[in-house]
Amino acid sequence: MLAVSTVDLARIQFATTSLYHFLFVPLTLGLAPLVAVMQTIWYRTHDEGWLRLTRFFGTLMLINFAIGVATGLVQEFQFGMNWSVYSVYVGDVFGAPLAMEGLAAFMLEATFLGLWLFGWDRLSRRVHLATVWLFALGTWLSAFFIMVANSWMQRPVGSTVTDGRAELTDIWALMGNRLALHAYLHVVLVGLTTAAVVIFGVACWHLLRGRNVDLFRKAALLALIVGVPISALNLVVGSRLGIVMTDYQPMKIASTEALWDTQQPASFSIFQIGGFTKDDQTPSFSIEVPKLLSFLATGSLNGKVVGINELQRQYEAQYGRGNYTPPVRTTYWAMRIMAYFGSLVFMVLALGGFLYWRRKLERARWFLWLGILTIPLPYLAALSGWVLTEIGRQPWIVFGLLKTADANSPSVSTTTIASSLGIFIALYAALLVVDFVLMRRYARLDPPEVGGEGDEMPLPAVSY
Amino acid sequence: MDLEVFWFCVVAVCWAAYFVLEGFDFGVGMLLPFLPRGAHGEEDRRTMFQTIGPVWDGNEVWLVVAAGATFAAFPTWYATMFSGFYVALLLILVLLIVRVVSFEWRAKSESPRWRWVWTWANTIASVGAPLLWGVALASLLYGLPLDSDGGFAGDFADLFSLYSVFAGIAVVLLFAFHGAIFLTLRTTGELCDRATRASRRLALAAVLLTAAFLVWTVAVAMDRNDKDLFPPILPAILGIAALILAAAFLVRAQNGRAFAMTALGAIAVVATLFTSLYPRVMVSDPDFGNSLTVDNASSSHYALEVMTIAALILVPLVLLYQGWTYYVFRRRLGGEPTVTS
Repeated sequence: MLAVSTVDLARIQFATTSLYHFLFVPLTLGLAPLVAVMQTIWYRTHDEGWLRLTRFFGTLMLINFAIGVATGLVQEFQFGMNWSVYSVYVGDVFGAPLAMEGLAAFMLEATFLGLWLFGWDRLSRRVHLATVWLFALGTWLSAFFIMVANSWMQRPVGSTVTDGRAELTDIWALMGNRLALHAYLHVVLVGLTTAAVVIFGVACWHLLRGRNVDLFRKAALLALIVGVPISALNLVVGSRLGIVMTDYQPMKIASTEALWDTQQPASFSIFQIGGFTKDDQTPSFSIEVPKLLSFLATGSLNGKVVGINELQRQYEAQYGRGNYTPPVRTTYWAMRIMAYFGSLVFMVLALGGFLYWRRKLERARWFLWLGILTIPLPYLAALSGWVLTEIGRQPWIVFGLLKTADANSPSVSTTTIASSLGIFIALYAALLVVDFVLMRRYARLDPPEVGGEGDEMPLPAVSY
Repeated sequence: MDLEVFWFCVVAVCWAAYFVLEGFDFGVGMLLPFLPRGAHGEEDRRTMFQTIGPVWDGNEVWLVVAAGATFAAFPTWYATMFSGFYVALLLILVLLIVRVVSFEWRAKSESPRWRWVWTWANTIASVGAPLLWGVALASLLYGLPLDSDGGFAGDFADLFSLYSVFAGIAVVLLFAFHGAIFLTLRTTGELCDRATRASRRLALAAVLLTAAFLVWTVAVAMDRNDKDLFPPILPAILGIAALILAAAFLVRAQNGRAFAMTALGAIAVVATLFTSLYPRVMVSDPDFGNSLTVDNASSSHYALEVMTIAALILVPLVLLYQGWTYYVFRRRLGGEPTVTS
């Protein structure tokens, strides 16, 4: 019989619900400011094309946001439900940014989204424009507090351990965590990139069909203006995050690179077969770039990158006997999927920019198809990024302080978690299917007409 | 005042806001299949959805904040309550997710069957979630088996006592009453008439059950939580008076005042529960000594200080802009949909 422990099930449930939640977060993070930009252009130029685009992409944003809210509630409850020891241990520190997220950010999002959605005919144009910007501000603030909370688990700062639990000692150190600032920047850039890719992909579909061409050329241009530099910048920020992470969790980096022995300079493995376990440390096949890993991990071409074996010995001396090596194969591939797809996204967008500049975009049908097919890539990259971040921290739940295996709820039985996991998987799968069908349908509609007869209230196509 | 006491009050205020605000949108959800009749049925249902459309999301955030504040200020309470209420919370989460989806997806297809499914999904969730919250919150006071570390040592069945189930039913009826009166304020014509009739029909049961629950709560507090009659009796009396006044205002067709009184009634329910609990946050039964209190379940002084400052800045701001939302959407909704797809 397969032995699955309560902790394993709780971890699978957390991974499932978090990754699912993060299917919706980046698009909201990115679409909110971009829809606000569209509405701002309309406000400034009175060009109704931009109003139609605002309504069109606003609808997609709403469908997406609703599920994000529902799955976010699961996230908040889950800490206490499945991880009660963790919750008691970290609540003093971790709870503060979480509570502030609710009060400062989530409240702003939910209230101003309602105002934006139903306020088209009740508010002046200027105030109504402010509501969408405040909604966008809410989504970005929300991401900040969440990244502060997560980064504390990666690098606990501003706290001490007293009487067997962590206590907050310096809120500014917590908020100003160097890791949090990098991770936050990375997340919002991922959001913008995702939204740019989605807008661009949808625009490609409409350009292929040859309808509303003027309109979607505008949308494509906006997506490219945002997407090309942002996706490039994101690659830089992502690598930078790797360097910062090396300072605090060298094991995560060593595991990500399947680097068993310390190297100076260290070469970067592009692709390898084998070499992922303690008993099989040498790959049977690999393609490597000399010195690149030194550069990625330390910022210098000749930097020393400490290997898994040395770190394992060091941690055993520091924390006692145990396995301090995360699953090497998983982290290795998670990082590569993230980085390769992230780079691919940049290349597609850059090529799109080139074609647009040469006025060839609409005629390059193969490229328009490529634009549509690119839509899943930022999602896969973002999910892989989280897999890397969280799995790479194992066996710790709070790095250096608390192990995952010691953090779950003792009163919750294996059967209970197994059934709740089953329920969540079934419910989430059903939601995903319907959400996909809805998004697809609304992404294929003609953007709503405005200014015609009987259309005094230019609302997004959401109603009850 | 101690910061622990202050944060106990903050958690209570969040729950009170949640009961008042989501209370009426749950109530409207409960009435969805019952009020609309005849040829205008679908139109009326859409109007009902629209009355709560702009605000339900903001209302639900009070639950997020209540949970977040509990986590931050009373980690042990949060951990024991949420792991102990596992099955109940799982059901609540499923119901709330279904409800969110029903709001967003119901209008996305013209098919009557699709709409029927999501109407009922919303109604079932709108009954089920407050029922379970009533049971769960009441069982905090009635007592649950806790071990000497303050961890939960029981199972799902321990949540259900005659008292806690009665609490759940009372909360559902109170919300239905609250929601019906809300509808009379936000609709016109025949739908408004029906909402008025529904609120009058609900009045007797809602007032009686809630009053009985409030009295029972004070008795449970004295019996099982070592409390005196005073102070829990104060919010209880206030709540009973408010609900009787609500019914009286309704008879005199002063629906605005009636709504204010049901809102006060919802606040009184939370206030009675929390004053009955204090200084404990979870009563332990059978080992009363294992109970969690505001002192043994709270965060450190510094963490509470930091959050107090944040809350003092943010809460008034939130109340201000949420209040403004209600002002913006104060207009009644007629039979004609104002939102077109």
